[in-house]
Amino acid sequence: MMNELQQLCRQIRKDTVRSIYLAGSGHPGSSLSAVEILVTLYFTDVFHCFPDQPQQPQRDRFILSKGHAAPAYYSVLAHRGFFSECQLSTLRVIGSALQGHPNMEKLPCLDCSAGSLGQGLSIANGMAYAFKYRHEPQRVYCLIGDGEQQEGQIWEAALFAPQYQLDNVCLIVDCNGMQLVDAVDDIKNMHPMDKKWQSFGWHVIKTDGHDIGALHDAFIRAKKCKGRPTVILAHTVKGKGVSYMENQAKWHGTAPNEAQYKEAMRELSREVP
Amino acid sequence: MEGVPMRDGYGQALLELCRLHENVVVVDADVAKSTRTEWIREKYPQKYINMGISEQDLVGTAAGMSLAGMVPFVSTYGVFLAGRAWDQIRNTVCYNSLNVKLGGAHAGISVGPDGGTHQALEDVALMRVIPNMMVVVPCDYKETFKATMAVYDRQGPSYIRFGRSAVPVITADETPFELGKAAVFRDGADATIFANGIMVYQSLKAAAVLEKEGISVQVVNVHTVKPLDAEMIAACAAKTQAVVVCEEHQCIGGLGSAVCEVLAQCCCVPVELVGIKDRFGESGSPDALLKAYGLSDLDVIAAVQRVLRRKK
Repeated sequence: MMNELQQLCRQIRKDTVRSIYLAGSGHPGSSLSAVEILVTLYFTDVFHCFPDQPQQPQRDRFILSKGHAAPAYYSVLAHRGFFSECQLSTLRVIGSALQGHPNMEKLPCLDCSAGSLGQGLSIANGMAYAFKYRHEPQRVYCLIGDGEQQEGQIWEAALFAPQYQLDNVCLIVDCNGMQLVDAVDDIKNMHPMDKKWQSFGWHVIKTDGHDIGALHDAFIRAKKCKGRPTVILAHTVKGKGVSYMENQAKWHGTAPNEAQYKEAMRELSREVP
Repeated sequence: MEGVPMRDGYGQALLELCRLHENVVVVDADVAKSTRTEWIREKYPQKYINMGISEQDLVGTAAGMSLAGMVPFVSTYGVFLAGRAWDQIRNTVCYNSLNVKLGGAHAGISVGPDGGTHQALEDVALMRVIPNMMVVVPCDYKETFKATMAVYDRQGPSYIRFGRSAVPVITADETPFELGKAAVFRDGADATIFANGIMVYQSLKAAAVLEKEGISVQVVNVHTVKPLDAEMIAACAAKTQAVVVCEEHQCIGGLGSAVCEVLAQCCCVPVELVGIKDRFGESGSPDALLKAYGLSDLDVIAAVQRVLRRKK
């Protein structure tokens, strides 16, 4: 199972780089860091979704607040059966359902659109509040970037969820340490992140964001935590899996050229020891 | 001015909507007393949330509630709702056409003593430029009630703006109200005044004075700024060949601009704008401010006289 999921992650990385290469623009670094987080969510017992009936009211909800990681998310959704993998090559093309940032009107299997950073957690809280209000069991997951925590709205929302004991909210922070121009620490240092979230009343779990077993364990612990929301601080590598992209801010939002694309495909096709 | 505050109509409608509909929820940014949502807090505490002083989170959370099937009425001062949370309104509420109902309180300069920071004078402009948004500016207490009830029945985002001060009640329970349909409140032949909000009352007063001077003025209540009743506006302008637009908002971007956008494309007649002239307000009593900033009935009369001189 684990080996299969690791293989799947490699395929999703390939899809991600390929779709961005074909589009000629996109955010490979931020997409590649989130792959295991998305795969653990969508391909284990954590998240309840219904690819054949994407609007099923009983489904859990997921909001990709860091909407620029859309290429990886689209690949995950396609492999999970929400739409055809052929569509992945239409990323960012006019008329495509696969917008540069997720758009739920064009891609109705999404639980929300995204693109303007800092908004996802508030939306997740609103959904979670409604489920609690109606005594329904759905959970709401939201993925943000570590740089995204610089948005003030994140901390407004961080105050709301514990106030209303929204233990059906699980926030994941993709802590890849880099943002568009520089390292997070060199722009607005977010450390100590765990203490910040703890002091806001959250159940904090720190984990390796590329270890599917550890991520799964974190999601299960989040589900078991009652009375307060959980944040999973997932430590990741920006551009993970493509050596020349790793930990490079410049690969936040740059498409590879043909030679770089081929090199990335070679790396991602290599057998892991 | 004597009368009833429009915000009372908003609060009464929310009470009624909470009574009628399980899915209605009222969210507020710690100004429940001002927006009259405190009435909900008292009567339906389970349907009321004080989101605190955080407008961006207020709108974002309401968007999430809407995505999970609730119908949130989001209330705070219009200047902060339309301004502070504009990105949330554009990129989440309107981009997804969510069923979120915004209530912008303390609209216009008649907010009075709180001064320039609290007087929403650009909110109509900010809201009407966003695709999918409906913008409604009712003229009195009763119309605010009807507008609030009506937006519940229309799927999609809306922004209703209403004032703080007591203003005359010029409509009755039986006065027809339909979103998107301008209403002729007084017929006339020489000029047309398109107005909304408290300027409908000022326009009716002005028209009554002008009638004594032998000038026949039509007064049209354009409560829905978007979608605008372009057909009615064009027809009235074609009939009287002279137009005045009156609003308690900047002339830039508000109803005046919206009417000119229509007329420039179909019916080129002289237009005079009565509104705030590209400046901020200040503290003062509502009446004193309306006079000082050119929004009294006398200013409307002067504008009609100017437009008649320009009429061919």
